[in-house]
Amino acid sequence: MGASGAGKTTLLRTLSDLPTAAGFSGCVTRPDRIGWMAQTDLLQPHLTVAANVALIDRLAGRRADPARILSLLEATGLDGFANRRPATLSGGQRQRVALARALMQAAPVLALDEPFSALDPATRARMQETARRALAGCSVLMVTHDPAEALRIADRILILSGGKVTEFPLPDAAPLRDLTEAGTLAALGRLNLAVQQ
Amino acid sequence: MMRVLMPLALMVALWQAAVLLSQLPPFILPAPGAVLVEAWTSRALLATHGLVTLAEVLAGLAIGTAFGAATAIALHLAPPLRRIADPLLAASQALPVFVLAPVLTIWLGYGMGPKIAMTVLLVFFPVLSGLVDAMDAVPDAHLDLARIARASRLRTVLLLGLPHAAGGLRSGLRIAATYAPTGAVIGEWIGASKGLGYLMLMANARSRAELMFAALAVIVAFTLALRGAVGLWPAPGGQSPESRPIRAGTSAKSRATASGRADSSAAPP
Repeated sequence: MGASGAGKTTLLRTLSDLPTAAGFSGCVTRPDRIGWMAQTDLLQPHLTVAANVALIDRLAGRRADPARILSLLEATGLDGFANRRPATLSGGQRQRVALARALMQAAPVLALDEPFSALDPATRARMQETARRALAGCSVLMVTHDPAEALRIADRILILSGGKVTEFPLPDAAPLRDLTEAGTLAALGRLNLAVQQ
Repeated sequence: MMRVLMPLALMVALWQAAVLLSQLPPFILPAPGAVLVEAWTSRALLATHGLVTLAEVLAGLAIGTAFGAATAIALHLAPPLRRIADPLLAASQALPVFVLAPVLTIWLGYGMGPKIAMTVLLVFFPVLSGLVDAMDAVPDAHLDLARIARASRLRTVLLLGLPHAAGGLRSGLRIAATYAPTGAVIGEWIGASKGLGYLMLMANARSRAELMFAALAVIVAFTLALRGAVGLWPAPGGQSPESRPIRAGTSAKSRATASGRADSSAAPP
């Protein structure tokens, strides 16, 4: 997390070996496979949902396993959507396809750049739950500027400010925290302040 | 269909009005009715020569499109080549292609060769230009997918660049389809024994303006049909070979066979 301009996206893109607006790239050795999900879904309009999920493997020169695609679509709540076109999907469904595509690489690390920020609050909450389930067992580095989102789903929260990273202490280790619970609500207030500093 | 027929009907009405008001002799401006009668009377002649021109146009369009698209991909894949080729291609367009027609006839003879070559020259640039510009315009965020997958440049072009450029290629093809019959007819004017351009010259020499206009109408019909055919090509978002449906029957099997993360991610909350 961090205020606008703190360098969250730049850090995430650098770690993912993607070019950045600041001109940094390839500063670190990234794993061979890395999952990537951005704020926009980046779905290809001419491809079906299944073909969009398969695209990342095809780009890598690998044959995409149809069984794995269907399994990932099921895991992201898109059972029966394999042959639909992106144009027929809602914003939340499109982001689920993007999530399935990010998981398709079976990468040890997933980089998520504000993946749910374009969704309405209700869809965002559902997506957070889906993502939390589907990403179980993965190392996920996610950028968000929504303190409630971070507090709800994160195992660790790091705040980037003035070029320094500090860890925000979390109240418990729950996988999906209840934001109405007193301890979590108090932590949300502290996190809001910490991000604004 | 009405979008085409209405302007055509208006044009014919204006043409008829011009004939009535100007009182020009029929060998200078024949009436639309007279042209229609001539077209019906000479339908066999128009069909024979029309098929030759159509064959030249289609061959030129196919070769020009293939050549233009291949060049566009090559230039997109090799920026140094593009830096060299860009000014040469721009300079080549400063030269009116029509002046090459006699040279092409000397080089390729009096058969279909020079007519196809003329058509190729007219088709090549709009296809090349439309495709190169459209491939350049692939949003950078989409290219992130290729970077993440460590895709080769060729794979990136084939799987992301070309599908995104379909609209640009279609625009280029629409312009090319308009130019293509012109290329074939000009080639026929320079030296031919068949084709609508040749028929127009013969009709002109015999002061048969009705036949000239009938041949012209067939050329216009070819042009409109070609443009219409290009318009039938689905816009981006339409069906593509990569989007063949996958059978839902594999779903149950997937639960058992999908490896690693798929299994864990399929677990209930």
